[in-house]
Amino acid sequence: MKILVAVKRVVDYNVKVRVKSDQSGVDIANVKMSMNPFDEIAIEEAVRLKEAGIATEVIAISAGPTACQETLRTALAIGADRAILVETELSLQPLAVAKILANIAQKEGAQLILLGKQAIDDDSNQTGQMLASLLDLPQATFASKVVIADGKAQVTREVDGGLETISLSLPAVITTDLRLNEPRYVTLPNIMKAKKKPIDVVKPEELGIDIAPRLTTLKVQEPAQRSAGVMVADVAALVEKLKNEAKVI
Amino acid sequence: MAFLELSEEQVMVQDMARDFAKNELAPHGERWDHEGWIDDAVIAQMGELGLLGMVVPEEWGGASVDYVSYALAVEEISAGDGAVGAIMSIHNSVGCGPILKYGTDAQKEKWLTELAAGRVIGCFCLTEPQAGSEANNLKTRAVLKEGFWTLNGSKQFVSNGKRAKLAIVFAVTDPDLGKKGISAFLVPTNTPGFIVNRVEKKLGIRGSDTCAITLDNCVIPEENMLGPRGKGLAIALSNLEGGRIGIAAQALGIARAAFESALKYSKERIQFGVSLIDHQSVANFLADMQTQINAARLLILQAASMKERGLPCLSEASQAKLFASEMSEAVCSKAIQIYGGYGYLEDYPVERYYRDARITQIYEGTSEIQRLVIARALKDIDF
Repeated sequence: MKILVAVKRVVDYNVKVRVKSDQSGVDIANVKMSMNPFDEIAIEEAVRLKEAGIATEVIAISAGPTACQETLRTALAIGADRAILVETELSLQPLAVAKILANIAQKEGAQLILLGKQAIDDDSNQTGQMLASLLDLPQATFASKVVIADGKAQVTREVDGGLETISLSLPAVITTDLRLNEPRYVTLPNIMKAKKKPIDVVKPEELGIDIAPRLTTLKVQEPAQRSAGVMVADVAALVEKLKNEAKVI
Repeated sequence: MAFLELSEEQVMVQDMARDFAKNELAPHGERWDHEGWIDDAVIAQMGELGLLGMVVPEEWGGASVDYVSYALAVEEISAGDGAVGAIMSIHNSVGCGPILKYGTDAQKEKWLTELAAGRVIGCFCLTEPQAGSEANNLKTRAVLKEGFWTLNGSKQFVSNGKRAKLAIVFAVTDPDLGKKGISAFLVPTNTPGFIVNRVEKKLGIRGSDTCAITLDNCVIPEENMLGPRGKGLAIALSNLEGGRIGIAAQALGIARAAFESALKYSKERIQFGVSLIDHQSVANFLADMQTQINAARLLILQAASMKERGLPCLSEASQAKLFASEMSEAVCSKAIQIYGGYGYLEDYPVERYYRDARITQIYEGTSEIQRLVIARALKDIDF
């Protein structure tokens, strides 16, 4: 069984980003970039499935500028067998990425496509869902447990009401949530081995996909500063404020 | 670290070491300092990740990583915990190094793979009560009789002395040959007569065991000699460059941890209506600390880069070790100063960083020896 895992290069979760003065976006010049944490979880799950003998090949894929090769190299160091970079300088949005992944997934004959549930830069939480729809495949999002057996995936999903377990026939799309697994530390020998694993580079034009953005960002601004708290004299005053000022009761 | 162009692999090594240090080391440093022992499981995990056989070739189970990656990794690990950094640097340089360079295939097969994987920790028994910087003035004696060597003597300040399963012991085999009469031996630490006399109580790096060892009629087979007879001193001094780069990186990591801690505190603590960092004295401290740390790192990576390219770099390695170790004490001291009274309490980590940093000016060649090496090299240069 081939597993295709999508990974995105994002600002490292430790970085405190600043909004650009022209409010066109956040400043990412010279900022540390890393693999999206949910995508790390997706790669880890795929590698575990290979180690369990369920998957035969794990292919990592990313779309974006040349620097995304670093992210793919990390995926290879964790245990992916090979990688594909769909190279473009254009700003990509979930629909464009979903179209790219659909194209590659069909070409590769992937039986399982794993993605992080969302990227920590745009928090869209759309790509996996759109991908499943484009390919007309079953989907299970926010997975906290995945069991593959007899051509089916049994997935436990973290939903608002608690946990929901569903069964999907393969091929299918699954997006990962935080509690699915704890990604391993890459070992030094695997970092060295990753150097020799192939990264194939293709252009979106070669795949015949229209990746033009459908959305335009109008403005990016910092969230309002959190104002200081207020001391209240008694519970009655607290209730009055919650009711009339915060308007939460 | 935008000013340095690191390769993809070097960044991955640095990132892994940093994550590991943040998650697995930093939360336990205080406990290990109090208990005087770093959890075996953590050392084992480092071995599995390849951190304890970093420059050993793949054929012997090492990670075969370049020296720049090694220096970066030691810095990150030491920023997590200075005592772990000590074990890592010492095991890599004088644990794995001598066998890699001088071991027979049989010796390598028996020990090197185990050392590189961290399943066996090595210790280096050179220093004696009367012989520190004067490393050749050894009294430990080895006598050959019927295919066995019998070792007798005392060894001082042996790092990993209790943790190690293998000791590299230097002893006099030919008293009349002076410096050429010392040989090296591989001694499994469970050999009868290899006695860990005492685990020393130290100022810092308390999680790393430093031991006084007695060799009391310790008998080992003839094939346990490492390298040729009489080559012991050369073997002992054969990895000065790597050892010094490692300890320099350890000192740097400790200093960086102290700096980052003090920086964070300086933004939170308010006196006279403003954060400490808005007071010029404190701002100037931090500016100097950052500059010194960056300077040390460049010295270290220069030496590491030269070693990687096979260039002799004894003076550069000594410069890095000298500078980084003295810098580390100064930076850690300033970090305590920034914390004020709180910096003096065990509740905050800076006092531990300060204590951990101090040894880096002493072991792996004292600052005075480093200066001697650097000055000696200058005598050979004409401008």
